[in-house]
Amino acid sequence: MLYIKCPHCGMRSQNEFSYGGDATVKRPELGKEVSDQEWDDFVYNRKSLRGKHWELWQHLFGCRQWIKVERDTATHEIFKTLKANQEISK
Amino acid sequence: MTQPFRLQNIGLINREKKLSFKFNGKNYYGYEGDTLASALIANGVHLVGRSFKYHRPRGFFGAGVDEPYAIVQLYRNGETEPNIKATEQELFEGLEATSVNCWPSVNFDIGAINNFLKIFLPAGFYYKTFMWPKSFWYKLYEPFIRKAAGLGVASTKHDKERYEHKYEYCDLLITGSGPSGLASAYAAAKNGARVILAEDKSRFGGTLLTSEVNIGNQSGKEWADGIISELKEMPNVTVKNRSQVFGYYDHNMLVMSERLSDHLPKTKKFNPKQRLWYIRAKEVLISSGSIERPIVFGNNDTPGVMLSSAAKEYLKVYGVLVGKNPLIFTNNDSGYETAIEFKKNGIEPVILDTRNDPNSEIIDEAKNLGINIKFSYVVVAAQGYKKVKSADIAKISENKEQLGKIENIKCDCICVSGFWTPTIHLASQSGNKSKFKEDIDAFVPGTSKQNETTLGAASGIYTLDQTLKSSFETGHKLSKKITNNDNKISFPNVVEKKSTVHDKFWCVPLPKGKNYKRFLDFQNDVAVSDIEIALKEGYRSIEHVKRYTTLGMATDQGKTSNLNGLQLVSKIENKVVPAVGHTTFRPPYTPVSIGAIVGREVGKHSKPTRKSPMHTWHEKHDAVFVDAGVWLRPRYYKRGNENLFEASKREAKNVRTNVGVCDVTTLGKIDIKGPDAAELLNRVYTNAWLKLPVGKARYGVMLREDGIVMDDGTTTRISENHYHMTTTTAQAANVLSHLEYYLQLVWPELNVNVVSTTEQWAGAAIAGPKSRDLLQKLFPNSDVSNEGLPFMGYIEGDLFGVKARIFRISFSGELAYEVNVESDNGNFMWEKIMEVGQEFEIQPYGTEALSTLRIEMGHVAGSELDGRTIPYDNSLEGLLSKKKDFIGKRSLTRKAFVADDRQKIVGVVPLDKKTSIPEGSHLVKDSNAPLPNPKLGYISASCWSVEYDNPFSLAILKDGKNMIGQKLFVMSPLKNKVIPVEIVSSHYVDPKGERVRS
Repeated sequence: MLYIKCPHCGMRSQNEFSYGGDATVKRPELGKEVSDQEWDDFVYNRKSLRGKHWELWQHLFGCRQWIKVERDTATHEIFKTLKANQEISK
Repeated sequence: MTQPFRLQNIGLINREKKLSFKFNGKNYYGYEGDTLASALIANGVHLVGRSFKYHRPRGFFGAGVDEPYAIVQLYRNGETEPNIKATEQELFEGLEATSVNCWPSVNFDIGAINNFLKIFLPAGFYYKTFMWPKSFWYKLYEPFIRKAAGLGVASTKHDKERYEHKYEYCDLLITGSGPSGLASAYAAAKNGARVILAEDKSRFGGTLLTSEVNIGNQSGKEWADGIISELKEMPNVTVKNRSQVFGYYDHNMLVMSERLSDHLPKTKKFNPKQRLWYIRAKEVLISSGSIERPIVFGNNDTPGVMLSSAAKEYLKVYGVLVGKNPLIFTNNDSGYETAIEFKKNGIEPVILDTRNDPNSEIIDEAKNLGINIKFSYVVVAAQGYKKVKSADIAKISENKEQLGKIENIKCDCICVSGFWTPTIHLASQSGNKSKFKEDIDAFVPGTSKQNETTLGAASGIYTLDQTLKSSFETGHKLSKKITNNDNKISFPNVVEKKSTVHDKFWCVPLPKGKNYKRFLDFQNDVAVSDIEIALKEGYRSIEHVKRYTTLGMATDQGKTSNLNGLQLVSKIENKVVPAVGHTTFRPPYTPVSIGAIVGREVGKHSKPTRKSPMHTWHEKHDAVFVDAGVWLRPRYYKRGNENLFEASKREAKNVRTNVGVCDVTTLGKIDIKGPDAAELLNRVYTNAWLKLPVGKARYGVMLREDGIVMDDGTTTRISENHYHMTTTTAQAANVLSHLEYYLQLVWPELNVNVVSTTEQWAGAAIAGPKSRDLLQKLFPNSDVSNEGLPFMGYIEGDLFGVKARIFRISFSGELAYEVNVESDNGNFMWEKIMEVGQEFEIQPYGTEALSTLRIEMGHVAGSELDGRTIPYDNSLEGLLSKKKDFIGKRSLTRKAFVADDRQKIVGVVPLDKKTSIPEGSHLVKDSNAPLPNPKLGYISASCWSVEYDNPFSLAILKDGKNMIGQKLFVMSPLKNKVIPVEIVSSHYVDPKGERVRS
């Protein structure tokens, strides 16, 4: 069971969180014209990366905040966690 | 009854307390502190089972977790448990056990015929044998194999025992209370660290209980006892015996099973039988020690052949002789320690040492005691069937390949020592890649992967002095890092006898003309010849060899067999052992009972149960409940002998003619506040929300980004910046997460707060033509007329002194209202409604009637909003705003979603107006078409229309909008039904929606 540092609550076990997918996907702005390709990339197309990956988790049974977690998908090592409003630095 | 193999003046058992027990129907005695194994050996019982494949007689091989043979079926307090190791099971008064894997009895086992047919059962026999002719499999082969093979029998009864789970956090978790565990725990504890020390056995001390050493002028045991009692007194230390740390998972999470009651005749009241600990440790110290490995020779599975360390443990801990005429077969000094213990207790052992005249303090002591030692000698084969009677021995050449003249020597046991294998399972489970240590011929942990450090024998350190020193230092260093304390402890003076190097000899060659079975894996009957066959047949990877031969796959997981198997493969393949590598170590290290894994999550506790505040009232009024997610909801209220169908029909009919009340507390409720609340709703829902006035409710549909309907419900504007959203019961949690996702990540600029209020409000839906009259009586001071409270209106009212919210919304299609009060007042509200409603012939209705009412009105619910449908499919396209963007809108332009013959909701009526239509049935054009019959749609929900008194269903049908009036067939292969039907509008009752507005 992973041990995740919630930026609001501190170290908590994985069973307090739920997984929310790729954190680097950006929703197109409301009302903006987007091509089929752009929309498909937003809704469906995801890379299944091996290695470092920024992903979303929600601290469901805690502060209910969505957080960003940088995790290695192969080793489960967690490098960094960010609040929802913090930008991922490249 | 006497115990012929019990010594009087040695051992840690309690001779004051005699315990009687039964094995295979015979009565025996042992003492408190015995294991089942030690008590049986004390009584001279060495035949305890039969082997898995050949059904050869099985005795005892070890004295603990490594035991491959002595597996029994245990009977305790009216329960039975299979596959218990007799070496681990502590004796209790009245214990009963039987052998497994033998039929009809352990002394005469019909399966033993396999022993003589063994030429036919080589490696891979599972895959090769009994495969043809195929028709023989079910009738002949399988029943025979099932009866003759296999281990114990699982109980089919409900397990009455209680098992618990516990979550714990600590600075240092130390696995094993041998010298390294005790030293590191002591140093860390003195530094103020929070320490958990776990010991698998009942006694603390590990090898200190059996070794002749001196620590700070005390015996090993005295020193261990002193440390343990000091640790037990410290508030920052948890000391647990009978506790096996069996799994090392991600992020330093370890799992330990604590056996609290298995050693007692009966679990004490309010106590669990076992407790599973989930431990998150900052640092893990693996002090699991090492396991002695066997030397392979002919018939080395005969009862009486056992590990020399086990023989010593039986002697020193239990005061039990494994034999009175022991032969010690060793390639290192450990065998001498066992021989010396025998000698000291008046037994004359013979030592066969594979080495040529080695020299050490231990060997000198044995010589001085006058023990008969034969150097460069090996055991070629054990003789005897159900017990060792003698051994064929021979001198072995310098290159260890030629045997001298075979001699026969009388003995009643053969104690084998092939040196020591570190127990690296936990380190390996943590992700640590092991490395091969040449000087000990075994794998040790490599670089730490998680925060784990391996100590002492588990890391390949075999001297006490070095083990204690490094363990004290590690315990001190790691705890200092955590607590910043620096309490030095003085290091005790250690006296131990020095040993010399071992001989890397592990397998005795076969003498000419003999074809003795030489076993590697004792539980699965894997012999040297099986591995040879596997390699000949082309298996190379050690993982494949393992699976083909089943080497190391038994319940002991190869604790004594793995390394010798690797030695053999490396020898045949002409590779070094590290190049062969070892198989993966996976949790659990030792078997864990299913009960412990499940814990308290059994029966009603397997998931939470949520009840509405009116639950007791429903119970008192004969409600029959149904699970709705985790909620319990009344399905119907039973009157007399009514069944579900009759009761729900009555309840639904009463709503259409008089008035009914339904508990709708379970609906998801979300409180939304903030200046941008309307904007949020406008983006989340498909229809327009910016102009909804205060005091009005609106129905809304929300989509996922892929255009699929996520949920529906009404949201009411309570005040300027305050909304009350309702969701379906099932989607309540998802909708809240959905809103939080957009507010926190996508549109953080929106100034809105959302919070779940599902449990804060109790809800009652009052529906039926008489509902307004009832409402007026409930709220005499409020204007509930059609003008005062129009359809989709909202007011607040006073219900006999209780503040209530009144919504005029309808799910049943009738004139209807929903009344909400704070949960604490829920029951009061309900009773008042029933009391005042009496004159209007009110009846409560359950979810079944609720479904009937919504189905015949064509209102969609969970069975239509099933994660596969878009708004059009549910005839909700009228709610899609063209003027604004909303979540999922862009996806609705997908080709499939705008196809001309897109599926749509329709009504279905059987032509005979009688036959009920099973939910989930398929709609087809021609019921006689060849299979696969093209499917046009499916029945999503069925009811018995109370309005027209005939069956009615909703269906999602291809090209539904053009199908009204068509005749099709409903097919249910599951129920073997074909029903001719007519397609009608999904709005079967009151299609214009006049009643709700009346």
